[in-house]
Amino acid sequence: MSEKRVNKGNNIILKIENLQISFTQYERGLKQRTFQTVKGMDLEVSSGELTAVIGASGSGKSLLAHAVMGLLPYNASMSGEMYYCGEKLTKMRQEKLRGNEIVLVPQSLAYLDPLMKIGRQIKKNRKDEKINQRLADIFSRYHLKEEVAKQYPFELSGGMNRRILISTAMIENPRLVIADEPTPGLDLKSAKRVMEHFRELADMGAGVLLITHDLRLAIETADRIIVFHDGRTIDEAVPTDFQAENTLKHAYTKALWRAMPKNGFANESKNTDI
Amino acid sequence: MKNKTTGNRIAFIIRKLLRLALLLFVTSITSFVLMKASPIDPLQANVGQSALGTMSIEQIARLQAYWGVGGNPVKQYLGWAADFVRGDMGMSLLYHQAVSEVIAVRLQNSLVLMVTAWLLSGVLGLALGAAAGMNRGRWIDRGIKGYCLVISSTPAYWLAMLLLIVFGVWLKTFPVGLSVPIGVAAADVTFTERVQHFVLPALALSITGIAGIALHTREKMIEITESEYMLFARARGEKGWRLFWNHGFRNVLLPAITLQFASISEIFGGSVLVEQVFSYPGLGQAAVAAGLGSDMPLLMAVTIVSALFVFGGNMIADVLYGIVDPRIRKGGVGQ
Amino acid sequence: MREKNNRRQRVLAGLIFSVIFLAVVCIGGILCKQEAAATDFSRKNLAPCTEYLFGTDWLGRDMFARTLRGLSVSILLGMVSAAVSAAAAFVLGVISAAMGRTADSAVSFCIDWVMGIPHILLLILISVALGKGFRGVAAGVALTHWPSLARVIRAEMIQLKESPYIQIAEKLGKRKGYLIRKHMLPHLMPQFFVGLVLLFPHAILHESSVTFLGFGLSSEQPAIGIILSESMRYLVTGQWWLAAFPGAMLVLVVILFYEIGENLRKLLSPGSAHE
Repeated sequence: MSEKRVNKGNNIILKIENLQISFTQYERGLKQRTFQTVKGMDLEVSSGELTAVIGASGSGKSLLAHAVMGLLPYNASMSGEMYYCGEKLTKMRQEKLRGNEIVLVPQSLAYLDPLMKIGRQIKKNRKDEKINQRLADIFSRYHLKEEVAKQYPFELSGGMNRRILISTAMIENPRLVIADEPTPGLDLKSAKRVMEHFRELADMGAGVLLITHDLRLAIETADRIIVFHDGRTIDEAVPTDFQAENTLKHAYTKALWRAMPKNGFANESKNTDI
Repeated sequence: MKNKTTGNRIAFIIRKLLRLALLLFVTSITSFVLMKASPIDPLQANVGQSALGTMSIEQIARLQAYWGVGGNPVKQYLGWAADFVRGDMGMSLLYHQAVSEVIAVRLQNSLVLMVTAWLLSGVLGLALGAAAGMNRGRWIDRGIKGYCLVISSTPAYWLAMLLLIVFGVWLKTFPVGLSVPIGVAAADVTFTERVQHFVLPALALSITGIAGIALHTREKMIEITESEYMLFARARGEKGWRLFWNHGFRNVLLPAITLQFASISEIFGGSVLVEQVFSYPGLGQAAVAAGLGSDMPLLMAVTIVSALFVFGGNMIADVLYGIVDPRIRKGGVGQ
Repeated sequence: MREKNNRRQRVLAGLIFSVIFLAVVCIGGILCKQEAAATDFSRKNLAPCTEYLFGTDWLGRDMFARTLRGLSVSILLGMVSAAVSAAAAFVLGVISAAMGRTADSAVSFCIDWVMGIPHILLLILISVALGKGFRGVAAGVALTHWPSLARVIRAEMIQLKESPYIQIAEKLGKRKGYLIRKHMLPHLMPQFFVGLVLLFPHAILHESSVTFLGFGLSSEQPAIGIILSESMRYLVTGQWWLAAFPGAMLVLVVILFYEIGENLRKLLSPGSAHE
């Protein structure tokens, strides 16, 4: 199965080189300070592949998604190079591509407009026959009832949330899907089921970038794993590397590996801050 | 489930109505006590010291009884309240007319003015506030913010005076005062004349009303643009007018309408001042006259009527959320 | 973006400028008491010129001096009554947040009650009750302006009460009075201070309005409301300057008070610094 995945990984959809993001903030009084959250991030996402970026919560990995889409907050500044399908990803291209070829799957329903019905929201208020058909197809594929389209986000039951959020990506023709922590609070079994939907998108030819803090999920579902620590990408591995400690390269990755329950938490505190 | 929510809602409305009645009761006592406490002698204020000097003791006693001087205040209040509950607001001492008649005419005049200004300032304020909030930090936002700052620093009566100077005295587009021309019987006043005398006060009131709603809408709009759902909508490629229409307007409308209902008090306050400047025969002008002339029954009635509008507006604002917002309407949140 | 480094300095500069300007108006008004009252029929009804910047009125009084005088009266009166109002707001806000449900609903009833009667009407009533004049308008402004700030203080207190460090201190057995004094008040002070300053412009505007309607300061005092109400009679005859300049100065003063309040807020709360 892993062979099939590798075969598909042919075109590089997204390539990021030395991405840096910093913020300017004011403190009480007249002081202002700048702090750098992302200090050097490199990664590649290929079509048909599921690439996971793994890092601790609050490490700034979500900024990656915002940077690619051109949606960083106004007090942020960034440097580094981003390429989409081999061409430089400029502000203008970002605006043209986002929500279209580049889609984001958010963490929770809080990212949906609370006052807009689900169906209209997924369709982005488009009303033509084609989009209606598409929505119906997606709903039947995800086993969602027709009535759901007429409900508001707060009315949805927990089980549907993920499928609804992924529908927002499915309704476009994405070539790059960025999933920002798409399985918060789910146990591994349910999370894997959600990831199957992303695998489907990859099988259709899209590149999927999974941003998560859950190493086990990444190992079980991704094709490649990029380790993000202290503002930098420090390691890149394939899931099979994680079968044993000595196939891993970087000390932090090894510490992560040891911190996994089945590997017995060994020496966790001693090694993680390398 | 559905019955339960309906039951809750009815209980909620009954509680609100009880509170309203209690507030009106307290308001009537407040205005009664304040008027009674006044050291201003209504006889001196209305009849005049020199006229009083020429009167006999019986005449003065009659006048004192007329203006409600002396007597037991508790009894007076209870008598007034008993009449009021039965719909009898008493006689206006200044106008020698039933208070209900004075109020009916004045309220009608004022309502035309206030409703126009309320609608105009509401629509314009919403539009300006939304435009400013969507374009935060750009020149359009700065301009609108500046306008709001200046207007909310401008007393309504001075703005009215400026309009009077420019349009009434210099350009002579509109007449200087009074809602009907002097010396013309009310029935003979043409519609055009009425409109002419109405435009400037309505304009003054609308201009002052815009600032509050615009600033509030701007704040809400900024909150909305910073929300996660707005971020996601932008990530989905929505932008500009469509982004505003699909998500911004939808979410800002309810808070804006609610505020507009809750700000009836300010519009009323503004109308008192504007009516005074334009000698517009509305409720506000009657309130000022009643206050200056110690016309207790009239002032009490004006206070209660205006309080009724203000409380009513606040109540509508409260209830509106429950009816319009699907999250509350369908009982998803807060039940 | 380019002025990023100077933004805070500019806020401070704006603050200092506004304070100095208002102080000058106030002191100027106090100093020119005689000038404001001086009548001179040889110079009546003069339009604004270099000698009389704001023109003169029908008694030949210098409108510039009168405006300054009126503004200083209004500013001082507004500040005093707003301060009283703010103190009341503070006490009631703290009571309503800290003293349990009954106190809370009592205070919130009072808020609804005061907010329910249109401000102007309540001001008129209170002013009449106290026989108009300085006392009437000062008490009126003081008694009507506390509700909004009381709400802010209450909300802030409740938020503080639920913050983890207060909860922990409470679990450690600290007494309520101690908690309020040591932990809550220091946090409330900046909020309160900003709220107080932002009450000034409201108080000044309402004072001038009530005076304009004839319920405030008596006509011997050249309060700004009196000046404007007197000018009404001369509008039709074309003496626009009697209304235009004093009113414009009043607007300027109120704007500067708002600016001071906003700038203080920016300096005291780090969160709003990006505005």
